[in-house]
Amino acid sequence: MLEQIEGSLGIAKAVALCRPGAVCAYPISPQTHIVENVGKLVKEGSLKDCEFINVESEFSALSVSIGASAGGVRTYTATASQGLLFMAEAVYNASGLGLPIVMTVASRAIGAPINIWNDHSDSLSQRDSGWLQLFCESNQDAVDTHIMAFKIAEEVGLPVMVCMDGFVLTHAFERLDIPEQELVDKFLPEYQPKEFLNPDEPISMGAMVGPEAFTEVRFLQQRKIASSLEVIERVSKEFNALTGRNSGGLLDCYNCENADVKLIIMGSSVGTAKDAVDELKEQGINAGIISLKAYRPFPYEAMRAAIGDTKKVVILERAFSFGARGILYPEVMRSIKGLDTQVNTAICGLGGRAVLGSTIKGLVDYALNDKFEDELTWFDIDTDTLNSYLKDKGISFPQGPISEKQLEASLKGAKA
Amino acid sequence: MLQIRLHGRGGQGVVTAAEMLSLAAFLEGHFAQAFPSFGSERTGAPVVAYARIDDKDIRTHEPILKPNAVVVQDRTLLSALDVFAGLTEDGYAIINSADDPKVIVPELVERLPKGHVLTVPATDFAMQKIGRPLPGAPMLAALAAATNVFDLNSVQKSFQTRYPGKVGDANAETAALAYNYIKDKIKEA
Repeated sequence: MLEQIEGSLGIAKAVALCRPGAVCAYPISPQTHIVENVGKLVKEGSLKDCEFINVESEFSALSVSIGASAGGVRTYTATASQGLLFMAEAVYNASGLGLPIVMTVASRAIGAPINIWNDHSDSLSQRDSGWLQLFCESNQDAVDTHIMAFKIAEEVGLPVMVCMDGFVLTHAFERLDIPEQELVDKFLPEYQPKEFLNPDEPISMGAMVGPEAFTEVRFLQQRKIASSLEVIERVSKEFNALTGRNSGGLLDCYNCENADVKLIIMGSSVGTAKDAVDELKEQGINAGIISLKAYRPFPYEAMRAAIGDTKKVVILERAFSFGARGILYPEVMRSIKGLDTQVNTAICGLGGRAVLGSTIKGLVDYALNDKFEDELTWFDIDTDTLNSYLKDKGISFPQGPISEKQLEASLKGAKA
Repeated sequence: MLQIRLHGRGGQGVVTAAEMLSLAAFLEGHFAQAFPSFGSERTGAPVVAYARIDDKDIRTHEPILKPNAVVVQDRTLLSALDVFAGLTEDGYAIINSADDPKVIVPELVERLPKGHVLTVPATDFAMQKIGRPLPGAPMLAALAAATNVFDLNSVQKSFQTRYPGKVGDANAETAALAYNYIKDKIKEA
């Protein structure tokens, strides 16, 4: 049914349609409205046979979720930012135990400095945790991806993080098509756990594994997550056939045919970029968008196919690895090993700085007119602020984006 | 696409007004989007919210930098920040005030087409019917009257949907007062 509602309420409704048996979460902006709404649906009785459990921290929220999932019920939780970090120990346990929990991450920056706004630092910080990480480009995509996430998680036997941009999506009031219960029931049958804790037939879960088998356990975990590539594609196809939509999947290409440059983007900036690319097309500039949906597992083959024979690729990265560079870049380079594609990373949209249509057009201009000086460029940076901070050191950056080369040169300038 | 920026202060229902605007447009079969500028959630602090209306799927999520309409729920903001920044040349400005636009924003009246800068005593109307200084519904009704992009009826319905019962009805009555006030002003002009 079509509704004009807040993204967070849409997610709560989607989760309720999946009939979880346990929901346990601790509130943190910008995730709060999601779990508040799930709580309301439980209280008013529209989400039946579900235990909504209030706890005192995110660590408890995921720990209780682990207990519930190990007990054999469909389990959901949500968090963001420091909350995700606070539960990090349990994050690894959930995947190591192979529990099909679904968790929303309403993506937000990590402090210090404290910042409640959207970027991808929180979700990407858990990239090695063994969870599947699915990014959403719109609220409709997020509603649909949550429903798919339970099916994918339960089929693969691993937890799934659904990453949606905090505030930009969670707090946006938009037209959403919320599927009917009948459709979701048909798509997502009742959860049948293969193995669960049952006092009548006691088993032990989470045994200690020593050096004699730890590597093998890790290999099998990697094999399991690798198998989810096929599952994500198949489940997305099945869901989209039912709804007629184009949600989920490993990645999605927009205007990619004969594109002279392709931008790789995750999350809500994809929508903004689509509008910008359409405007560029009217001026005869052909730029494509690769919306990366599955970040873990990383779809290397699909990415290589999506890039194809395009000679220029720009990755818009909304997170950063200090002391290294962009986080997506090495993954993209692995995808295109052996090709002579020029790939540049642009750091944009950190801590809620808006990614504008003009930002996207700027990236296209930089790529097509060979303005990128280096692998990495701090693209939407405010040079005036930097220069006022560095003025005692006698350093001054020119207006505009700053490349890694310029950063390095400024260090030499400081020593002199 | 019609892009609207709403300015007000925390506690005046600015974010709700943007949401109700999107709901009103939705009820008329349009695509609509509303979102707040995030961060300043303190009572009395300047708050900005945005709304878009279109006849096709709205994909962009960038803040609105070039609005076609600006709604100012609190006139004390006029001297505090540039609320009309980026307002298009054929845009609309609706200000919550009983004073004539020529008195409070003479330069804007000069710049925009005739009848595009309007004032409405929205807080007074709200006090009469709701009994609280919540100017959201009358401001939206004034915007509807000025632009004809959506109906008074949809504004009323959106508030009655969100707040069923007395509160919704009081908002609906307030909206009607503001709508008729603007329609009369336009007739006079």
